[in-house]
Amino acid sequence: MTGAPAMLDNKLVKWVDQRLPIFTMMQHSAIDYPTPKNLSYWWNFGSLAGFMLVVMIVSGVFLAMHYTPHVDYAFASVERIMRDVNYGWLIRYIHMNGASMFFIAVYIHLFRGMYYGSYKAPRELLWWLGIVILLLMMATAFMGYVLPWGQMSFWGATVITNLFSAIPFVGNWIVTLLWGGFSVDNPTLNRFYSLHYLLPFVIVGVVGAHIWALHTTKSNNPLGIDIKGPQDTIPFHPYYTAKDMFGVGVFMVVYALFVFFAPNLLGDPANYIPANPLQTPAHIVPEWYFLPYYAILRATPDNFIGSWMGFTLVPAKLAGVILMFGSILLLFVLPWLDTSRVRSARFRPIYKWVFWLFVICCAALTWAGSQPPEGPALWVARLGTFYYFFHLIVLMPLIGWFERPLALPKSIAEPVLSGGKA
Amino acid sequence: MADTAKPGHPGGAHDDSNRRDFLFMLTGAAGAVGVASVAWPFIHFMNPSADVLALSSTEVNIEPIKVGQSITVVWRGKPVFIRRRTSEEIKQAADVNIKSLRDPQPDSARVKKPEWLILVGICTHLGCVPLGQKLGDPRGDFSGWFCPCHGSHYDTSGRVRLGPAPANLAVPPYAFLTDTTVKIG
Repeated sequence: MTGAPAMLDNKLVKWVDQRLPIFTMMQHSAIDYPTPKNLSYWWNFGSLAGFMLVVMIVSGVFLAMHYTPHVDYAFASVERIMRDVNYGWLIRYIHMNGASMFFIAVYIHLFRGMYYGSYKAPRELLWWLGIVILLLMMATAFMGYVLPWGQMSFWGATVITNLFSAIPFVGNWIVTLLWGGFSVDNPTLNRFYSLHYLLPFVIVGVVGAHIWALHTTKSNNPLGIDIKGPQDTIPFHPYYTAKDMFGVGVFMVVYALFVFFAPNLLGDPANYIPANPLQTPAHIVPEWYFLPYYAILRATPDNFIGSWMGFTLVPAKLAGVILMFGSILLLFVLPWLDTSRVRSARFRPIYKWVFWLFVICCAALTWAGSQPPEGPALWVARLGTFYYFFHLIVLMPLIGWFERPLALPKSIAEPVLSGGKA
Repeated sequence: MADTAKPGHPGGAHDDSNRRDFLFMLTGAAGAVGVASVAWPFIHFMNPSADVLALSSTEVNIEPIKVGQSITVVWRGKPVFIRRRTSEEIKQAADVNIKSLRDPQPDSARVKKPEWLILVGICTHLGCVPLGQKLGDPRGDFSGWFCPCHGSHYDTSGRVRLGPAPANLAVPPYAFLTDTTVKIG
């Protein structure tokens, strides 16, 4: 299967390739690329995320042709896309629900990495680049949500930019800088539009580095053991191209269900009310993919740290902001917080269960973030926030230390060839 | 897969490869139809939208226009020339030997009422707006319009007489709603 690319038989292809080896590169990275033969469907979500990135860029570039980034026209231009522009409703719903589908793919991809220890050596940089992509996605999604200039756009933008005012000394200066004025207004909308168009292409660049790092260290696999030789791998094409394409097909069925039958299910109806800087909606919530962070942000009690000593060391507002950003930044050190040398949770009898507690914790935080911060929801948010950090900072190092992992198979090929009984 | 390729398997390897070719082409065809059906909404998205099409007719009150006077109105974002021709201009337009024209057309085919000449004011060469609407404008060698971009001359019927333009100034669809109101588009 490996060796000189078959397509080099073509004279034109050969001519180009000798001067710019793009065909050789394609052959190596998309056709011959040796992939572990035991990858499960959990390994589809990387390519699905890549597929969604393309869908978002294409639909976004088209929407930009009819969108007007001005406070007086933005809302109307989006409604015009919905009513007057040919298939505008379709392309806007593709873009709107595409954001959710992108986050679904990326979150599953991320949890898969956590379950199978894909962040561990030698894949730390691969993991880091993934977190950078997540952060860029969050910034892009947030600014994109502001563009329709509905009530949630406006007040979401106001609340999130005000987070930066919690930074001591320079906070208010930074917020004014972000706004380009003294409130979220036309300059804010214009710069968000500019950045919303730019950042996806930055993501493309980081995705390139992510894939480069992946192809250097090779894919992890459900057993979490290294590739020992050619008997452990199969070429990427046709095996995983076919499998990924099948995954895209199934994923698109779900995507199409949202686009055609429940296009506004994941959105907030308040965003169909034009932005009104003089009136805040009664209950502000971000899109679902931001809810866990939102729950963490609102979970801190007054005078969180130091209150029992009678003074305020860190005000609740700042503590919330620190915890919210920390919840993601902490993932950067996950490769070192996890002290276990075994990658796959399949061979880690304790972590295997504790991992699901973390998933449940994230789901609970998502629910808590959707509720007003009072009563049981507030306590779920507080417990969830506590567990989130407890899990990463305390449990991950501790379990790796005292857990006795099961015996690892000798190679990927061995259990495959023995029918999975090894 | 390994089983079906075994020699001696009922049907043999030959039938199996036919089946695979068929499935491969069927999948490819379904994929092509899928891509095309997604591509069309994106292409059509760039076509004029309903609100743009809704602006595709313009009503003009022509009552204030004096004989010999011209006005320019906007229709679909383009200038439309409305000239109330003098009897001299009408005669000049009618007396031309049609066979000598680059784009042969009698004046009668270009107007509904001889007094009113209505044209899309865009030079058929490369889309500039010809001069000749205002009093001081150069009107070219044939008393009609003169395009300053590349020097095309149009006569009092808006027909090209000289210069690089390949065709006469276009006549937009229009109708006289009343004696004093014309609807363009």
